[in-house]
Amino acid sequence: MDKHHPHAPPRAAIIGTLARAETSELREAVHAHWPGLQWREAKPAEAGLVMLRGRTGGDGAAFNLGEATVARAVIDLETGERGHGQCLGRDMEKARLAAVFDALWQRETDRDAVERHVIAPVRARIARQGANDAARAAATRVNFFTLVRGED
Amino acid sequence: MYVAVKGGEAAIANAHGLLAHDRRGDTAVPELTPEQIREQLSIAVDRVMTEGSLFDRDLAALAIKQARGDLIEAIFLVRAYRTTLPRFGFAVPLDTAAMRIRRRISATYKDLPGGQVLGPTFDYTHRLIDFALAAGTPVPEPQTAPADTARAPRVTDIIGGEDMIERNPPHDPDAPVGDLTRDPLAFPAGRDLRLQNLARGDEGFLLALGYSTQRGYGRTHPFVGEIRMGEVEVEFFIEDLGFAVSLGEITVTECQMVNQFKGSATEPARFTRGYGLGFGHCERKAMSMALVDRALRADEFEEERKAPAQDEEFVLSHSDNVQSTGFVEHLKLPHYVDFQAEITFLRELRRKHGAAQAGPQHIMPEAAE
Repeated sequence: MDKHHPHAPPRAAIIGTLARAETSELREAVHAHWPGLQWREAKPAEAGLVMLRGRTGGDGAAFNLGEATVARAVIDLETGERGHGQCLGRDMEKARLAAVFDALWQRETDRDAVERHVIAPVRARIARQGANDAARAAATRVNFFTLVRGED
Repeated sequence: MYVAVKGGEAAIANAHGLLAHDRRGDTAVPELTPEQIREQLSIAVDRVMTEGSLFDRDLAALAIKQARGDLIEAIFLVRAYRTTLPRFGFAVPLDTAAMRIRRRISATYKDLPGGQVLGPTFDYTHRLIDFALAAGTPVPEPQTAPADTARAPRVTDIIGGEDMIERNPPHDPDAPVGDLTRDPLAFPAGRDLRLQNLARGDEGFLLALGYSTQRGYGRTHPFVGEIRMGEVEVEFFIEDLGFAVSLGEITVTECQMVNQFKGSATEPARFTRGYGLGFGHCERKAMSMALVDRALRADEFEEERKAPAQDEEFVLSHSDNVQSTGFVEHLKLPHYVDFQAEITFLRELRRKHGAAQAGPQHIMPEAAE
């Protein structure tokens, strides 16, 4: 996402990775590395809609394409850091956990651990899946050649 | 006119119980799970998401199960569900140029940067029933090949490089974007509203209209410049943070139709465009949408409007299958009072007609009374 928003802060990339994590990846990381972590919801987690937009002809004026479900949560750690979690779908647990890791990442003492135990493994999995998709698609790359038909 | 009726509660409850029973089918056969539908009937899921106008694979799969595979009923369920949720806002427009491409073909260029990638397609299959599928034969791992990491430019950008295709209307981030889920459709509609309407429109209706343009009813000489399918990132601006974040990825299909060129005394001739975009893998829908989008631009290119596909009010008013099915299917509901009025009127007409023709001796006794 840095390529779209050269000025987006590093935190935006962290939040973006958390949105693409599996709920189980986040849940297991909390249990393994932050057992007994205390936090409270600053706002009740909720599911809602975001209207997605396309662009006329791919790069022109915007139009409303259709909505997507989105779950979001805002949590506070005991030490005061506020985390925002939001992801496609209706999984409120995932939104809460994403918010927890966004908050932990802001805590100097936990930033490295969040990057090592959560962000890096999730990014590695996404990269693996992406490479796999790309390699399978590449095997279907076709080179058509044209033939002259008839005598004319 | 439909007049409300009372009563029938027990029969209705029993009918719904019977529906649930018939939905389950033979209990000796294992019950379908929404996860199976999501994974194995994915094109049906994509259609329900596109025409339900809500990207949520799990919800669409559950709706298909509940609707017994009746996709219009499933679309209706999804549309009803979305009205129960608050709207958080509008996403940053999707960047289809940055798509992680799983399929990308062009009918206009044989060799193009980024290549032609067939992906998971029904094209070139022989359309023979595969009885091995009934036996549940394990599927071998797909072949792989080294991936080209070069960005695949849109075919329309390649043509645009020579200024041989019209430019798209420019994007103004501050310009209002019409939303027909909030404001009723008014005519003439802008292209933004037309594209929103077509994006959620019925695939069958748009397919037939697109086909009609090919057969001469509003001909636009289309070429598939490009179809691409794959994953794009959804970005959303968070007010409290002051920057946009990714919410995850969705799959979309995009069709760029390259059409009949148009020039004027002041402008050199350029190809014109039709555009299609939908959720998931929805190629037939995206192509049909692009054909109809271009046909609806008849006025812009001073083309005579004489075919149904060029008639904005006709197309946009009848494209929505939830609206269509609502009005068609309401005919099933009790119209007893209305019909009784017609019966009374018709009897009166016939009585007068009979009296004028042959005199009162031919009037039949009213058996129903």
